[in-house]
Amino acid sequence: MLQKIYDWIDDRVDITPIWRDIADHEVPEHVNPAHHFSAFVYCFGGLTFFVTVIQILSGMFLTMYYVPDIENAWKSVYYLQTEVAHAQIVRGMHHWGASVVIVMLLLHTLRVFFQGAYKKPRELNWMVGVLIFFVMLGLGFTGYLLPWDNKAYFATQVGLEMAQQVPFIGEQLKILLAGDASIVGAQTLTRFFAIHVFFLPAALFGLLAAHFILIRKQGISGPL
Amino acid sequence: MHRGKGMKFVGDSRISATKTSQIPKDYSEYPGRTEAFWPNFLLKEWLAGSVFLVGFLTLTLVHPSPLGGIADPTNAAFIPLPDWYFLFLYELLKYEFASGDYILLGMLGLPGLAFGALLLAPFLDNGPGRRPGQRPVAVGMMLLALASVVWLTYTSASHVDWEARAEMDKPIPESEVAIDTEHDGYAAYEASCMSCHGGNLEGGPAAPTLVGIEYTAEEIADIAVNGIGGMPAGIFTGSDEELEQLSDFIMSVNESTE
Repeated sequence: MLQKIYDWIDDRVDITPIWRDIADHEVPEHVNPAHHFSAFVYCFGGLTFFVTVIQILSGMFLTMYYVPDIENAWKSVYYLQTEVAHAQIVRGMHHWGASVVIVMLLLHTLRVFFQGAYKKPRELNWMVGVLIFFVMLGLGFTGYLLPWDNKAYFATQVGLEMAQQVPFIGEQLKILLAGDASIVGAQTLTRFFAIHVFFLPAALFGLLAAHFILIRKQGISGPL
Repeated sequence: MHRGKGMKFVGDSRISATKTSQIPKDYSEYPGRTEAFWPNFLLKEWLAGSVFLVGFLTLTLVHPSPLGGIADPTNAAFIPLPDWYFLFLYELLKYEFASGDYILLGMLGLPGLAFGALLLAPFLDNGPGRRPGQRPVAVGMMLLALASVVWLTYTSASHVDWEARAEMDKPIPESEVAIDTEHDGYAAYEASCMSCHGGNLEGGPAAPTLVGIEYTAEEIADIAVNGIGGMPAGIFTGSDEELEQLSDFIMSVNESTE
């Protein structure tokens, strides 16, 4: 049955080459931990993506309960933590995943750096990767405010004060992020929510797609 | 251009073998055993992923994610602190050369230089050699940057008493206790107890909450007169009738919350 459905679709749109392109390639010995245990360093990139997937899935479930307004944001997180079945685990995964993804990203970056794997012809993919790092830091900064507890509020206030000191565009930058020239409040929370849930993930998906397409296109760098 | 069947690629890449520019060395030029990605290698990857997931879930179960008290913009005593991966940037601003008149250097100059160099690393370190020994400047700079980040993060975090911070910033939901200010005993409460136990019986720095206590009316009256724990005797100074009204008032608040 499934084979028939597959054949029916394949007959019309020729999907086999699409997934075969991903499936049919050889994994060289020097990146395979089964042959050289030290090759586990090549796992860091994949594990970063794995944690990213965890972040996306747990985040999707968190938005089912989270309310981005200053009256209810903290209450909804408190409710999640104390009342909703297994929500403490889901929020725990999102909270710790935010830290673990930074750690894995750092390890992956260091692996690529110390192996000189960013050298010609892979300069572009390195830059895409560094941009992914920046987007992740942005996700960390905006996500930190969302529970609307004291540490979130005051950390964000400091962050916005720093944004304000940027020459020429500082004032505008702060208003863009906070929604007001002086108040860190309701507008700030909804803006950070929108940035955290829509803007930055959109940028992240685009960059990840570019990252992976470039890897397939160029292959993994050879052994040192 | 040659397409489709018979096309030759370099290694596991999508770069045509017949094109001469930008070709990485073919894997067949390296001695070694390659393995098909699908399904052999992917199964092993899933295995590694499962082990990672077990460790990760253990972390989330052992350490439930923290939640502080609800944001209070009027709280002047709260010392702001960013998430740990921004601590090094925060700590940098405490140095004399990176704060005050030089704030832009500390906030934009140094981090901008470091992250800018990271972004443009392939162009700054553009020699042919890939081994760390063949590019001492790039590797040295990275080690220096890494050491600074670790040192700054450590310095910043070591000054913080994390337990005291968590203790000061506990998640306490808003009280839903209805206080009947018309009650006979409220005046006595206001006169004798409120300064320490708070307007909603919620407690304060010097006294515990009076909501959810398990005393009888007689015991409450006794405590009000003779004290308990850190509460000295003789705080209540009214008449016996007022004392009875007071204990009745505290009991009624407790009953209303049950």
